[in-house]
Amino acid sequence: MSYVYEEYDVVVIGAGHAGCEAALASARLSLKTIIFTVAMDSIALMPCNPNIGGTSKGHLVREIDALGGEMGKNIDKTYIQSRMLNLSKGPAVHSLRAQADKREYSSSMRKVLENTPNLTLRQAEIVEILTKDKQITGVKTYSGSIYPCKAVIICTGTYLNARCIYGETVHMTGPDGLSSAVYLTESLKNLGIEMFRFKTGTPARIDKRSIDFSRMEEQKGDEKIVPFSFSNRSEDIIKDQVSCWLTYTTPETHDIIRANIGRSPLYSGNIKGTGARYCPSIEDKVVKFADKERHQVFIEPEGSYTNEMYISGMSSSLPEDVQVKMYRSVPGLEKANIVRNAYAIEYDCINPSQLKPTLEFRNIDGLFCAGQFNGSSGYEEAAAQGLVAGINAAMKLLDKEPLIIDRSQAYIGVLIDDLITKETNEPYRMMTSRAEYRLLLRQDNADLRLRKIGYQVGLIDEDSYQAIHNKEKAIKEEIERLENTTIGANKDVQALLESLKSAPLSTATTLAELIRRPELNYEMLESIDPGRKVLPEDVIEQVNINIKYEGYIVRQLKQVEQHKKMENKKIPETLDYNMISGLRIEAKQKLVKYRPVSIGQASRISGVTPADISVLMVYLMQHNSKEAKSKQ
Amino acid sequence: MKTDTIAAIATGLSSGGISIIRISGDHAFPAIDRIYQSKNKKKKLSKEKSHTINYGFIVDDEDIIDEVMVTIMRAPSTYTREDVIEINCHGGIVVTRKVLELVLGQGIRLAEPGEFTKRAFLNGRIDLSQAEAVCDIINAKNDIALRNSIKQLKGRELEIIKTIRNNILRDIAFIEAALDDPEHISIEGFSEELYEHLNKYSQSINKLIQGSKSGKLIKEGIKTVILGKPNVGKSSLLNILVREDRAIVTDIAGTTRDTLEETIRLNDITLNIIDTAGIRSTEDEVEKIGVDKAMRIAKEADLIIYVMDSSTPLDDNDEIILSLIKDKMAILLLNKSDLYPKISVNDIKDKSNHPIISTSFVEHKGLEELEQLIKEMFFKGDITFNEDVYITNDRHIEAFTNSLEALNMVKESINNNMPEDFYSIDLMNAYEELGKILGENVGEDLINMIFAEFCMGK
Repeated sequence: MSYVYEEYDVVVIGAGHAGCEAALASARLSLKTIIFTVAMDSIALMPCNPNIGGTSKGHLVREIDALGGEMGKNIDKTYIQSRMLNLSKGPAVHSLRAQADKREYSSSMRKVLENTPNLTLRQAEIVEILTKDKQITGVKTYSGSIYPCKAVIICTGTYLNARCIYGETVHMTGPDGLSSAVYLTESLKNLGIEMFRFKTGTPARIDKRSIDFSRMEEQKGDEKIVPFSFSNRSEDIIKDQVSCWLTYTTPETHDIIRANIGRSPLYSGNIKGTGARYCPSIEDKVVKFADKERHQVFIEPEGSYTNEMYISGMSSSLPEDVQVKMYRSVPGLEKANIVRNAYAIEYDCINPSQLKPTLEFRNIDGLFCAGQFNGSSGYEEAAAQGLVAGINAAMKLLDKEPLIIDRSQAYIGVLIDDLITKETNEPYRMMTSRAEYRLLLRQDNADLRLRKIGYQVGLIDEDSYQAIHNKEKAIKEEIERLENTTIGANKDVQALLESLKSAPLSTATTLAELIRRPELNYEMLESIDPGRKVLPEDVIEQVNINIKYEGYIVRQLKQVEQHKKMENKKIPETLDYNMISGLRIEAKQKLVKYRPVSIGQASRISGVTPADISVLMVYLMQHNSKEAKSKQ
Repeated sequence: MKTDTIAAIATGLSSGGISIIRISGDHAFPAIDRIYQSKNKKKKLSKEKSHTINYGFIVDDEDIIDEVMVTIMRAPSTYTREDVIEINCHGGIVVTRKVLELVLGQGIRLAEPGEFTKRAFLNGRIDLSQAEAVCDIINAKNDIALRNSIKQLKGRELEIIKTIRNNILRDIAFIEAALDDPEHISIEGFSEELYEHLNKYSQSINKLIQGSKSGKLIKEGIKTVILGKPNVGKSSLLNILVREDRAIVTDIAGTTRDTLEETIRLNDITLNIIDTAGIRSTEDEVEKIGVDKAMRIAKEADLIIYVMDSSTPLDDNDEIILSLIKDKMAILLLNKSDLYPKISVNDIKDKSNHPIISTSFVEHKGLEELEQLIKEMFFKGDITFNEDVYITNDRHIEAFTNSLEALNMVKESINNNMPEDFYSIDLMNAYEELGKILGENVGEDLINMIFAEFCMGK
């Protein structure tokens, strides 16, 4: 029997990385919020890789932090190894990655949730979304209790109709054997929501005691720790770090896989969901890149509380007996004892083209969603969307301007725009190459880009806001000083340049010009720069980058200007594309399907040509003038 | 709205020898100051009053390209509501093209089809009732431009562009794969390899630019087709005009099996003449191909010279041809006036509105009259070029040049020891520019290439 339990402003379904950020944002913005999970012990669970960050994902985490999210703070508390990747490349692709203690990560996030005012946690499976006239009215649990509410945020991850598979073995469960959610899909379909079925996978976990590390290469963490959170200082979070280990597959591994490929559900047809190309199973790698003699395998600890080790690079859905042989063919794993099998998991998600940039469904008022449910993959992508969905649900109920982050402002903007604008054929993963303005969207300046937005939204406090203003000012003043400080070709200068293997000066120049030389930087010039004040490290970092790469940065800023003009041309929600005679049929169909909010977004839809965009602009111009006239 | 500055030839290319190049946008004045020189060399157009006409020269450094009148109009009282400059060129077609090239070299881009009108509309200059018409022409014009773009390229050129483009994409994909997955893919030492690639791409693109430029000379003529039944004297006419025995001339009907192409100068006018196999119903398969081709070429011609034999009566074939060329610009020649005439000028006047000249190629009669007539038609503007060919060519050159520039930027980044992630920005620009020629957008190309070519992931 169903009955009304209690009324809330915002209901969050699912307590994974998306759900946690969504619920925290909503509650922190003073809305009465409840978060549902099928198992209280699975809050902020990391069912796959034991790390946070990595290329482009590290950017996302820093952006989440700059906006007032929790992920960065939580990994800073619970990391067991930290590295900055790509340090030999340009600053735009430096990427932070940390190994997490999985259980610590989960329980630490749970504590934050449990101690956040306005936030209630509840273990229950939601089976129905309740609406009236295409507007959210509440949710219903499996036991029949009804929670009336004004907004719902769906963050069900990989749990909807989940099915775990290896070989001929099928478990009808979510990840890690947790129970799946089997009723919600039906309710969503009844609301007219278009569903997809995606697939992902995870490798086996192996008992540390059965691994011979002497046959592997050790990978230590960085000595200098860069925190994910802009609120933390390096020295506050420093700790002893654990190591990861590198080994390789062998020709024997590949033979075992090839001999048994027919028993892989991917090849036998037992898996129907679409997998992601960027995290192929080891059987995919061996088949697709047959000429590669070996593949790297990273052995990563799952945490300090356990002996389980994650075998990165060897996710698989081969049968158990083949898995054992396969893993044992890798040097160092000859005697490996598997603790958990590798498996593939299939799950229901949505076609994200049904969403607005606020992550609200276009057709159902008050229904938001985030994370893997939206067809993305990865903890960080999920958290980023969760934060945006949570903020926007709150903004809507508070009757404030929604938060729409532009592609030129953050990776989060690129992520959401890609999801809702581009055809999705596989779980979407962030990549630095997807960000066309990536020189501007660096992990080192996420605070400068987004702190103020976080403050406007209400998730960043006054002190942090002031700190950003001060930082901006310090950077600007120091750059100006360096551009205007002339350095003569005197003996001290020439001696310094010679010692740094830099060409001597033939005439006077500025300090900024010297910093622009590839072999020099700000720090190196201290002895010839007596006028310098003591500045914080993060200010110096920005000064260096902005001077060194000025030419490139200015070019990208110009492109952004052009881009912004197109983004600012808004398209009315109700526009009838069929009325526009000059549009090609394919363009009409695509525009009707995606309903872009701006000319800029329209121009990124595949199948819409520049000529179609011109037509659209001319039409809108006419449309707007007519409206202006009729208002007069 | 885009605020970059655009330019194009605003008049038909052949009307009366005067062509106007229109420039619109913020950059119009700085650009004209760099290439305009007044008689006393002191005047700067950016300092002159709006809506004035100024006499002077267009110069490339010290070289005078053309004697011109330049109209300057400041925003907002202009067609596009932007700064507009119109250069009236007097030096004929070749010179006008040179002036345009010079203008485009000043950071100004070639206008898209219908773009002046589009700007005029978007800046509120054109009445709203015209909006729909503007909408309709944009896509229509664009389709034509794109079709022409591909049509203008020879199969080999197309292959070369596709290959370079694919190779560039592969380079980017490798860099990006390595950036995305540094633990699996190493990029060490790639910059030297890339530098060699860049040299190769640049070489190929330079050749393509040369090809487009020389192709332009050939295309600069009026496309003229000589049509006629077999053995009426088409090849003789061509030989007389070219003054060289290039076409095979015999008394046996059907000797000219394929089309021959010749470029000739008639005073100031260039004719690009195509001689074709005679048109008649034929059983001979080899010749039939020639006939079909001739009919096709005639369709695209700017001018048709239809040669008839006055010593044989008109037949069904003549009737068909005359009706086929009814709406084309054409001149009819009644040849073999030296022989006993079976048909007269008056017989044909009933069947056609085209001008008719009586000729004898053997006795060189009527040829001066023909030349005179062509000149008249040309200067009156009756004959117009297929402008799309020019525009297309300019677009190709622009895209090639831009991609070349982008590749040079990559080289500069390598020379300056910039990290690898800086290379892909300009490589992508080069890729995009070449794509414009093929009408292809970037879309998900890069991501697809990364996953197809490089093994990545956890």
